[in-house]
Amino acid sequence: MNRRPFDPRLLRRVPAARRDLALLALLGVIAAGLVVAQATALAALLATAFDGRLDRPALAGFAATVAARALLVWAQGTVAARVAATVKAALRSDLLAAVGRHGPGWVAGQRAGQLATLAGRGLDALDAYFTGYLPQLVLSVTVPLAVVARIGLADWSSAVIIVLTLPLIPIFGALLGWQAQAATERQWRRLSLLGGHFLDMVAGLPTLRAFGRARAQVDVVRRMADGHRAATMRTLRIAFLSALVLELVATLSVALVAVPVGIRLLGGGLALQTALLVLLLTPEAYLPLRAAGSRFHASMEGLTALNDAFAVQEGAPAPTRDGAAGARPVPDGRGEIRFEAVTVAYERTTALRDVTLTVRPGERIAVIGPSGAGKSTLLGLLLGFVTPTSGRVTVDGVDLADADLDAWRRQLAWVPQRAHLFAASLADNIRLGAPDTPDAALSAAVRDAALDEVVAGLPEGLGTVLGERGHGLSSGQRQRVALARAFLRDAPVVLLDEPTARLDSASEAVVLAATRRLVAGRTALLVAHRPALLENADRILRIEDGRVTELVPTPAGEATR
Amino acid sequence: MSTAPRRRRPDRTGGAVTGPAEFDVAGPAAVDPPVRTADRPAPPVRAGAAERAVLRLARPYLGRLVGAGLLAAATEFAGLALMATATWLLMSAAGRPPLDRLTVAIVAVRALAISRGVLRYTERLAGHDAVLRMITDVRARVFATLAARRARAPRSGDALSRLVSDVEAVQDLLLRVLVPGAAAVLVSVVAVGGAVLISPPAAAVLAAGLLVAGLALPVLATALTRRSAAELAPLRGALAADAVDLTHGAADLAAFGATDSALDAATGRARRLARLERRLAAAGFAVDAVGTLVAGLTAGAVVLVALAADVPGVLVGVLAVGTLSAVEIALALVGAARQRTQLGAGLTRVAALLGDTTTAPTTPPADATATAPTIPPGGATAAAPSAPPAGTGRADEGGPEAIRAEAYEVRLDEVTVRYRAGAAPALDRVTLDLPPGRRVAVVGPSGAGKSTLAAVLTGAVRPEGGRATVGGRDLAAYAEDELPRVVGGLLAEAYVFHATVRENLLLGRPGAGEEELAGAAAAAGLLDWVRAQPAGWDTVVGEEGGQLSGGQRQRLALARALLAAPPVLVLDEPTEGLDPSAADAVLASALAATPAAHSVLLISHRLTGLVGLDEIVVLDAGRVVQRGRHADLVAAPGWYRDQWLLQEAAERGYLALTP
Repeated sequence: MNRRPFDPRLLRRVPAARRDLALLALLGVIAAGLVVAQATALAALLATAFDGRLDRPALAGFAATVAARALLVWAQGTVAARVAATVKAALRSDLLAAVGRHGPGWVAGQRAGQLATLAGRGLDALDAYFTGYLPQLVLSVTVPLAVVARIGLADWSSAVIIVLTLPLIPIFGALLGWQAQAATERQWRRLSLLGGHFLDMVAGLPTLRAFGRARAQVDVVRRMADGHRAATMRTLRIAFLSALVLELVATLSVALVAVPVGIRLLGGGLALQTALLVLLLTPEAYLPLRAAGSRFHASMEGLTALNDAFAVQEGAPAPTRDGAAGARPVPDGRGEIRFEAVTVAYERTTALRDVTLTVRPGERIAVIGPSGAGKSTLLGLLLGFVTPTSGRVTVDGVDLADADLDAWRRQLAWVPQRAHLFAASLADNIRLGAPDTPDAALSAAVRDAALDEVVAGLPEGLGTVLGERGHGLSSGQRQRVALARAFLRDAPVVLLDEPTARLDSASEAVVLAATRRLVAGRTALLVAHRPALLENADRILRIEDGRVTELVPTPAGEATR
Repeated sequence: MSTAPRRRRPDRTGGAVTGPAEFDVAGPAAVDPPVRTADRPAPPVRAGAAERAVLRLARPYLGRLVGAGLLAAATEFAGLALMATATWLLMSAAGRPPLDRLTVAIVAVRALAISRGVLRYTERLAGHDAVLRMITDVRARVFATLAARRARAPRSGDALSRLVSDVEAVQDLLLRVLVPGAAAVLVSVVAVGGAVLISPPAAAVLAAGLLVAGLALPVLATALTRRSAAELAPLRGALAADAVDLTHGAADLAAFGATDSALDAATGRARRLARLERRLAAAGFAVDAVGTLVAGLTAGAVVLVALAADVPGVLVGVLAVGTLSAVEIALALVGAARQRTQLGAGLTRVAALLGDTTTAPTTPPADATATAPTIPPGGATAAAPSAPPAGTGRADEGGPEAIRAEAYEVRLDEVTVRYRAGAAPALDRVTLDLPPGRRVAVVGPSGAGKSTLAAVLTGAVRPEGGRATVGGRDLAAYAEDELPRVVGGLLAEAYVFHATVRENLLLGRPGAGEEELAGAAAAAGLLDWVRAQPAGWDTVVGEEGGQLSGGQRQRLALARALLAAPPVLVLDEPTEGLDPSAADAVLASALAATPAAHSVLLISHRLTGLVGLDEIVVLDAGRVVQRGRHADLVAAPGWYRDQWLLQEAAERGYLALTP
């Protein structure tokens, strides 16, 4: 991938940063002027000092330019930091919004971890780019121009040498830079792998310990870290070598300028003040170019993150829904749900094959079948997380593919196998999607879901703040939180995905009773692997190998009593 | 990412005063992330103590590090000397002396110019190499400490932050704080010494400037950085949690129509963070501005003082230019101070982890490689399967003695466990005898203490009262690596690694052959699925087993436990997540696959399939309320019979539905 030092997409994507970027360019021009002014004043000061005299105006000028440069340093840094903050904030929200648009199916699995990292630590790498590299990039244009112009006025022959040698820096930089660029990209991937590997190892530590392998894995971690070191050193050798070559090129170029100046000085053909000016200014012509080059390596990480962020957004489907929200039909959850010859194929497997099914309003349908048969996919279709590869799903005659999904989902209550709990208070976790719920309704939902005893046992009751991913609650307790969410939803259609999967008989009885209350008077689809759930079903569907067959229900009561 | 080349102040070929050098100093705290993503309250270890603890690890690499520090000082000094010598040369030339008086200086300028670049190159490589070597140690030791801990390991984002970012803090401490800081101090001292030789009053002015640049400003920068870190940390932490919730909780948010509000909250936080960053940057860069001012004003003052002291004109020039370079070098300490402040939290966490290493002695990582049955990173192909060990007993090739099942009789005698003082006991005087070959089920409602019982057996929980022995030895007497070879199996929250199916299984028994793998997988009902995968045994299963269904994950964990086949096999809910008919079949085949001489402790909430077991223990609120064989328990009134009838009726109803 060809990387430019400045990604023009930035201007398009983050318009708020445009003004500050322009200001940064202007400050770069002023900075170049001050570089020249300061060197001129210092040369005058030292040339008179040679005779043992103090040139007061030169000293005053020198002090004034120093003060001005100090001010400029502050301004440039502040503006650059402002750009960084603006861009990061904009990209973060864009990135997270893209996640929202892509939908849960896209974000599931490993991608979730990568995105979470990118939105956090990954984008922070942009700080180095904006505060370190970008101002330097501006200076690498303005300063050499100003220096050449000033020296040209004082001593044109020196200026000519500078103009001839200056292009050597970018040429060598480009030659060496390509190598470093590829190496850095490999490095970044390796770091991600390393991070994932550590996470995996640490998360699985209890299991490693159970097999007595925890200590042995230390060696793997060591090997990974060692591989990381070797890869890093390979990158650095190239990166540092390029810095060395550039430094030598600059040094030789300065020498090319300095030698004739010295000879002419010895021969009396040049004033000391001019010679000092050339000595002080010539290195300045090469410095910003080299600095920008070396910063480029350091800021590539930021550019990579930037590229990743843009890639996520470009991969996202255009947010058409916003514009057309009013136009999209809203299916009525009290209507009939029909699956018409629906097939869902994933990358590796076909989850559902040619499924045709009608769910009448108020029907409670249990779905059974072996694990991995496609039960969850059936619910995913209704939730709009999964789109049919062929066929269609309609509710109340409206194709879900055309429907206003947000409005449709408002009529759904979903109890997943493993509900995600958020790092927020228990109350907020239950009020998900309905933050304005009155306390009375909240406590009713808590009671209905048999969550009240759990709440009573927590230090701060409903106000207890859960850890990341709901850390601190058992799976049975999480399931009741998910049920409480569903109760609060009070939706006409209820989708339950093995709500009692990880519960023992006693708590299953509690959750089952709650589930019964939940499905009463609503259309319900229950994925059930436990017989107890079947008792209340009007119809029972069996999914096997992606095909749905309907079982003739035996009233559960007969068998029970 | 600290593995990228350090941001360095660039070399000043000359006229440092006029250069746009200030932008080279690493941005202030507000811009560089002061605290890494997962900002946790740091443990009460003092930052200084944390640094010392971390630096103790640097001891093996001390020679390399000191070398790198000296090279860094030499590099900076070469830069300063180059500018000073070049100025001397030029101003002397203006006096039109004979050429041979300048020869030494000309050679010196050339040598300094070349050596500076070479010195810098070697310094960078030497420093990075030493530090990265040390980091390898740190990573391994941090993991070893976590591995040795009995307590739960941190999960997810927190762990990532610990193991990647915090460890990098160690790297930054050396490369960005100590090495450049030491070099700056050394060069400053040498510069003042040189100035004294020319003019003591001018040297005094230089020393004053250096003190401001190298001491006062770093102190100021530290205070500012600390303040901004304190202000930024909570916001950054919250934002990281937002990112996790919005990605991992995407389905829940979408289903409940809460995506937009969660997004708004996150966006709002990102904006607030941006506002704060902007405000803090303004204060931070003021320090850099003062640095520029100090460099210039010191040079001006040196010229004034030197002229007043009648220093020869040529040397005034040398002093002025040298002063500019020296103050620039001392300003590196500002960056180092900022960096150091930012590293505090991470270093403290690393030190806390490493501190554990000393209290809980771990084998040095190198020793642990002996048996090395390891999960290779990122789903790399496992080592070729070796020949299956003979016999049914566990022939662990790494173990000093073959483990004979007969020798391991488990006895629990009046075992009591309490998780918190004063709380109700999780296990209350539980007695259990598990001689070789015996199969016992533990049943009971949730929270009855079933998993606690398993935890006692595996050594994860120490009894508060009573005695727990295996093979006549107290459980506490077993070495930590020894017990898992005797007692183990499928425990609660079995983890599936992001690796191939084969690697996940081999964790149970490293070196198991294809046949053994197939046997265990068949018993767990996983074999058909494996065979159906294009990559077979080498199918990579995702993060937290994400690409497996719940049932397949459970089967994989069960197959791993069966492959491990310890003499005392603990199965904690082995059929959880499977539908009833599959659960019955899997349980039966798992029990059948266990060698007859091995004892089994089965923990279950389902009562079917327990008919053939030697004993069933009913736990309730930590106490044994019933025990006996299935037939006896079904005949007697009590929890077991009630549950059995309920479950039996329901399942027959279910099975009757099957066409």
